[in-house]
Amino acid sequence: MSFFTSLLNATPGAVAQGLVWGIMALGVYLTYRIMHIADLTVDGSIATGGAVCVMLIRAGINPIVAMLVTLAVGALAGLITALLHTKCGIPDILAGILTQLSLYSINLRIMGGKANQTVSVDKYNLLISQRYVRAMNLTNPIPLLLLLIVITIAAMYWFFGTEKGCSIRATGTNPNMARAQGINTKNDIIIGLMISNALVAFSGGLLAQYQGASDINMGRGAIVIGLAAVVIGEGVLKKISGNFALRLLGVVIGAIIYYLVLQITLQLGLNTNDLKLISAMIVAAFLAVPYWTKKNAKGGKNA
Amino acid sequence: MLSIRNISKTFNPGTVNEKKALDNLSLELKEGDFVTVIGGNGAGKSTLLNAIAGVYPVDKGKIFADRIDVTRLPEFKRASFLGRVFQDPMMGTSPDMLIEENLALAARRGQRRTLKWGITEVERENYREMLKRLNLGLEDRLSTKVGLLSGGQRQALTLLMAVIKKPKVLLLDEHTAALDPKTAAKVLEISDQVVNENRLTTMMVTHNMRDAIAHGNRLIMMNAGRIVVDVSGEEKKNLTVKDLMDMFSSASGSDEANDVLLLSGKNA
Repeated sequence: MSFFTSLLNATPGAVAQGLVWGIMALGVYLTYRIMHIADLTVDGSIATGGAVCVMLIRAGINPIVAMLVTLAVGALAGLITALLHTKCGIPDILAGILTQLSLYSINLRIMGGKANQTVSVDKYNLLISQRYVRAMNLTNPIPLLLLLIVITIAAMYWFFGTEKGCSIRATGTNPNMARAQGINTKNDIIIGLMISNALVAFSGGLLAQYQGASDINMGRGAIVIGLAAVVIGEGVLKKISGNFALRLLGVVIGAIIYYLVLQITLQLGLNTNDLKLISAMIVAAFLAVPYWTKKNAKGGKNA
Repeated sequence: MLSIRNISKTFNPGTVNEKKALDNLSLELKEGDFVTVIGGNGAGKSTLLNAIAGVYPVDKGKIFADRIDVTRLPEFKRASFLGRVFQDPMMGTSPDMLIEENLALAARRGQRRTLKWGITEVERENYREMLKRLNLGLEDRLSTKVGLLSGGQRQALTLLMAVIKKPKVLLLDEHTAALDPKTAAKVLEISDQVVNENRLTTMMVTHNMRDAIAHGNRLIMMNAGRIVVDVSGEEKKNLTVKDLMDMFSSASGSDEANDVLLLSGKNA
């Protein structure tokens, strides 16, 4: 019985965390599913978002303004990766790793050489905080997070229906075709990576406010959590709908499920040190199962 | 319309894999010319089309389209005056996107892609009409993902996308080679139809000598990166497969019997 009560107690926190990471996962969905790039910049850019947000708020900047700056900083991180890839001919994965690695040093500098910086909800007027996650009023972070999710999904739904958005989708699925149709694929890759990392850094800013601190290691394994959200969301919503907005919603739901499962495993007495191992195993399993089923079902050719 | 002057292209220069794909090749296409291009494997047919399309730069020589020097233009910029269909049916379309979205992408070739909605209701109607004329039943499947279409349907769609903006030059690179004979014939028929309707200047690479004779007003044969035969008009109309085989043998030398065999084999 105590298992369920404690799980119930942990649920609002898991939902809030899932929503924060959901925005990040939407950024990962953009690169991984739409552009077909495994962008590893995110492990760095989410921490950059956290660092920038916390330092700005500590400097007395309005948190809303600070969040807008995280968007810009994230876009800049994405731009670096994109330029390394498109202008310097570095493979996308390696370009992301290089940016991620350099961001570690940059993040330390942003945080004044410290490995973490706190931003207390007592001293600053934060947008969201873990403290009020069970509060029954507007200080609760969940309504605002839901609003942000709705705005992000609506914006992505709109953008990828525009001429520019369609060209980015074409670049992602078939760059040869895109070029033959007059699309500057390099430009599209730059735009896509910038938008993706802007979302990721924004999510990092929210995360830092939510937990009241930014940490140099807060992005470690972020890409895996993002991928987990994407693949879990797809696994859950597979048969329901092909609608793009619903698929994006599925990604957010995937992030929430991920954190709920995590809570359950923790409640079952699992060691927090094993979390990364478990995360990796969840993602590997969700990626492997469709591959195996497809392999077994393979009969006719696609012609 | 298209003027190719002394272009050369060597792959892997200075290595054991060095391959001279185009050797000082020149070609003039008049407006409305429909040229079929034949030649053995490695003759440089695809390299020629890719050089025109800007897939890779040429080592030397110049390419003019409508008297404009396009030699240095990147591939995506040349697309504004080119239509292309590839050998691989997978290559010309986006499998994850809908039929109408693929057409809308092509309809914006050479234009700035803005934040306007990617497809309009008026376009949809146009596309439905265009697809109806293909007679493939695609007009009722505008919102089907292209990945679900057959190879022949995808090639027909790619053709439509290639000509939707009335290109100055249409490049068909063995675009029926990966299809079964019946589908290939259908796609060829559609090709003729769209080329004639729009009076497009066209280059069509083919392995099939009969197709090369039956289509177009001019035929060129390539060997070792050069044009070795160039016939047009009445002379082309009266060509037979045997004539072409003889021309091929004399142009390429007797040691290339394999290629001759390959060509005749594809003719069956």
